[in-house]
Amino acid sequence: MTPSSDAANPGAHGDIQGGRYYGRGVPYLPINEYPGKLIAIEGTDGVGRTTQIQLLREWLEVKGYGVIETGWTRSMLMQPTIELAKSSNTLNKLTFVLLYATDFADRLEKEIIPALKAGFVVLSDRYIFTALARAGVRGIDRQWLRSLYGFAIAPHLVFYLRVDVETLIGRVLEARGMDFWESGMDLKLGDDIYDSFRAYQNRLLREYASMADEFHFRTLDARRSVDRIQDELRKQVAGFLEP
Amino acid sequence: MLNILTKPHEYPGKLFVVEGIDGSGKTTQLGLLEKWLTAEGHRVFLTEWNSSVLVKAATKTGKKQNALTPMTFSLLHATDFADRLLYKIIPPLKAGMIVLADRYAYTAFARDVTRGVDREWVRDLYSFAVQPDLALYFRVPIEVSVDRLMARRVKLKFYEAGMDLGWSTNPLESFRLFQGKVLGEYDRLVSEFGLEVVDARASITDQQRHVRQLVAKFLAGSQAETVDDAVV
Repeated sequence: MTPSSDAANPGAHGDIQGGRYYGRGVPYLPINEYPGKLIAIEGTDGVGRTTQIQLLREWLEVKGYGVIETGWTRSMLMQPTIELAKSSNTLNKLTFVLLYATDFADRLEKEIIPALKAGFVVLSDRYIFTALARAGVRGIDRQWLRSLYGFAIAPHLVFYLRVDVETLIGRVLEARGMDFWESGMDLKLGDDIYDSFRAYQNRLLREYASMADEFHFRTLDARRSVDRIQDELRKQVAGFLEP
Repeated sequence: MLNILTKPHEYPGKLFVVEGIDGSGKTTQLGLLEKWLTAEGHRVFLTEWNSSVLVKAATKTGKKQNALTPMTFSLLHATDFADRLLYKIIPPLKAGMIVLADRYAYTAFARDVTRGVDREWVRDLYSFAVQPDLALYFRVPIEVSVDRLMARRVKLKFYEAGMDLGWSTNPLESFRLFQGKVLGEYDRLVSEFGLEVVDARASITDQQRHVRQLVAKFLAGSQAETVDDAVV
């Protein structure tokens, strides 16, 4: 895929010259002709996204690009509410999906779009695909989810760091152990956290795989060394920014 | 795509909702309806827009910092609604109770679109909502609603007056402009979703008589079903 492949998807709801919305978009926020670039790094927990983003950021800044990072669940508006919801475990899955969407809308309008207008390269640690995967695994209607996230801007590049579940288990156990949410314990796939983690992450990986074509993922084999992955990332980003 | 909002539900209970702008008198009418239904021996549960505990916190933070955008305003209310639907509305419907809702998804359709949110997007967003058995729309001219609110010396709330849109720095003028457009959106909804229009200029008693007539049709049906079940 090339950057100009956006032209293959000329939506009525966004100008292809700058950016486009995935779906219906936000009528009061035209996003045509902004100079910045949006790059999303996706992948499950423990895949090394954060490390890769740090390295990529340094490299971009050395090259003279202004860089802004954004993450999933970090908006000022929703952070306290989401933390509360996670700790109390009272929210149902639909409400959770909507809370995350609210959080993302806040970041999109307050962080991402202003940064793109100001000409920054925005590196997004996870993007809507994380939400789509998690909600899809939990049985939320996939069409409805895509419509819900129709207000999201399509990134210029989406990198998907792919690992197999065995590699993932090893990394997570070495790093910090398995936690309740990463193991999908709310899905009650089993009482044993190891079995649950395995089953849950397998389902997540299947969800990501099913989105790869739909959202033009550039898939990278994340079982390789940090440096190898970073080299590949830089090559592809350079090819896009400085063709 | 989900289509729950546009097809009849199969719960044994009944869902009646009231809609209308501030000052339309819908809450008064709903209160009187509740009195009557309870006196008739029905088990009634009342729920209000924007009232669940968890989301209240976030809405407050947002309002305090004056930080909600039309999109986050819309999504927060949908979150609140989802929470209430699953915990407060569906269980009583399953138990065969009557649920009375003060505002429903149509409020979001009217307000959010007026704020600039995409009309189709917000309809898709709420497509998980249970279709009401009856949705009453209390239609009132903007000046009548303003007069009522002024007479009660109600302090116009920031978002209700659409102050976030910056159309006017005068709360009353902003309310007129904003709710005037909301009325226009409601008019669309009447035919699109089959809302029953109640003339909210009429006297409280006349309106309530009309409301009870409309509601009674659904009660007769439900009682007949209960009797049938008992016989079987």
